[in-house]
Amino acid sequence: MSNSTSDVSKHRTFLIDTTKCTGCRGCQVACKQWNQLGAEKTTFFSGEGYQNPPAMSEHTFTRIKFKDYQKNGQNEFAFYKEMCMHCNEPACASVCPVGAFVKTPEGPVVYNAGRCIGCRFCMIACPFGIPKYEWSKAFPLVKKCTGCYSRVKEGLQPACATTCPTAISYGGRSEMLAEAERRLKNRPKHYYPAIYGKEEAGGTSVIYLTHQPLDELGFKKVTLRPLPSYTWQALRLVPGIFLTMGGGLSLISWFNHRKERIKQEEAFKNSKVAPETAEPETREEIQ
Amino acid sequence: MTAAARIIINEVKGYHNFLKFMIVLVALAVLASAVRFVFGLGSTTNMNDTYPWGLWISFDVVTAVPLAAGAFTLGAIVHCFHIKKLEPLVRPAIVTGFLGYSLVCIGLLLDLGQPHKGWHTLVYWNVHSPMFEVSMCVMAYTTVLFLEFLSPVCEKFGYHMPLRVLRWLEMPLVIAAASISTLHQSSLGTFFLIAVDKLHNLWYNPLLPLQFWMSAIFTGMSIIILEATMVHRYLGQPDESELLEVLTKILPWVLGAYLTVKIAAMAFLSHGPLFDRPALLALFLVEVIVGVIIPMVMFMKDSNREDNRMQLRGASMIIFGVVLNRFNVSMFGMIQADQVIYFPSIVESLVTIGIIAGHILFFVLLAKYFPIFEHHPETVDYSLPDHFHEVDGHEQAKGVEA
Repeated sequence: MSNSTSDVSKHRTFLIDTTKCTGCRGCQVACKQWNQLGAEKTTFFSGEGYQNPPAMSEHTFTRIKFKDYQKNGQNEFAFYKEMCMHCNEPACASVCPVGAFVKTPEGPVVYNAGRCIGCRFCMIACPFGIPKYEWSKAFPLVKKCTGCYSRVKEGLQPACATTCPTAISYGGRSEMLAEAERRLKNRPKHYYPAIYGKEEAGGTSVIYLTHQPLDELGFKKVTLRPLPSYTWQALRLVPGIFLTMGGGLSLISWFNHRKERIKQEEAFKNSKVAPETAEPETREEIQ
Repeated sequence: MTAAARIIINEVKGYHNFLKFMIVLVALAVLASAVRFVFGLGSTTNMNDTYPWGLWISFDVVTAVPLAAGAFTLGAIVHCFHIKKLEPLVRPAIVTGFLGYSLVCIGLLLDLGQPHKGWHTLVYWNVHSPMFEVSMCVMAYTTVLFLEFLSPVCEKFGYHMPLRVLRWLEMPLVIAAASISTLHQSSLGTFFLIAVDKLHNLWYNPLLPLQFWMSAIFTGMSIIILEATMVHRYLGQPDESELLEVLTKILPWVLGAYLTVKIAAMAFLSHGPLFDRPALLALFLVEVIVGVIIPMVMFMKDSNREDNRMQLRGASMIIFGVVLNRFNVSMFGMIQADQVIYFPSIVESLVTIGIIAGHILFFVLLAKYFPIFEHHPETVDYSLPDHFHEVDGHEQAKGVEA
């Protein structure tokens, strides 16, 4: 679960300014190198424009999505870097039965493969569709962007942020939000007036600035409420329901059995039978 | 070939052809699961990153759990609410439940990527996870059902001491069964509360867990009706339609309450468009009309409640409705408009068919070899055998004194 003591404003956060992205895909390469991810067989133009590989997978933790559009009669590209959003209150961490996902105090949401039982609930829960599965294996595990926790822990920046020549800034969440707001204020015409990730899914450690409307670029419209709260509002009732059901049924059974016993005793009193012949009835009571 | 093996083979040869067919289906499923472990989930199933959960979760877990709810429902009705005349139905219901839950565990282990680490749920607790809650409950409840199931086993082999312990445990077990079932039946609905913006609004609302629990109750009763009728028709057991009438009297009330909660929750607690996807709307209507409204209206009439054939029809419709409901929630309702449709692969289908066949097969076999129908509590001797003649000796001594 998310560490409630950690300070959200200090979580290391990616500010990805897609208007500054050149689509070089250096981040994709750097990610594969640092995380030692295998290559994938891909074909050109399998997605929009030069977008490649066609989808995120166990081998691809991040990729640049391409969007063609026209501006002043000119063909233009818009880019969107798809990656784990490292939510402040991650759905994956809340649904995992063995707590294999942890939101670190530094910011990245990390995955503990040693604990994972492979139930894939995280994949159902993630509003951004980030965790991927090793479908090729007989005993598969989940794979996802680590936020380069191994680097961040040592004071380095993530591989993609280090490589990116233009678009990615990396720092404390409050600093990055302030920077994003400063850019929106300074060049209101240049930007679409929203910071994706500021409030999405209760706030994330990856925030985006764009030129196009968000849905056109392929950003998912997600709830602004932290996702774990949706299940917790039901799960928090579990102990109470257990005790109420157990206690209630015990009381009901006790009353019903008592009623039965009294009825039997009354019947016995009224029947005036001699005690010797009453043996089968007492035995029934023991049962 | 040893003599014992020959006896077993001769015994199996004597089975009805239907049972032999079930054995073949189970064998195929065992083979299919072996294939799954050798070649991996990706190549043997049609699950992928878009459909992380397929037939195995939708049927073997999410649907099979309410289908096995008969044991706790009937236990509570008979022992807590003291409708003692339904006692003859309890044991078959417990056997059905125990088999159902054991097969849920098997189905879940096949679906897990790391089944050998399944015990991790016992060690690394995450109380915020509905899956943790359900797996703990399923383990606990399977144990409870196993203990309840031990009674016919002990009777068969004449173990008197355990029988007395089990008899003493009966009420606590019944209450534990009902409480634990309430938790995990509803928590299966909590699973899908995390799928905000994924599960369609026709099903997504905060009262989903309550609806899952209520539907488990009427499904449990329907399964008992189905099972008792089948056992009467094909296993030569007495016609219990008089007892089943008690259940068909309760059913319209539960169905009515469920329908009220379902419609109210959909109308007042869901956000966003309800009627934007015609296919999903059709599925929803079929589920509600065939699975809830028709049986409810049917069982409001006295003549239908008493008639054995109508009982079976109503129960089958309820069961169909709940199966469709669980598939709607866990699969159809989760499909986004732009996604390709998922179909289970041959391996997935074989395993699920084998699990259903296994359930029928083991039920019939248990009925064949253990006293699950002959059970009448007043006829069972729970007294301790007097091996050391202590009572006799004592009485004799007393007699001498006198």
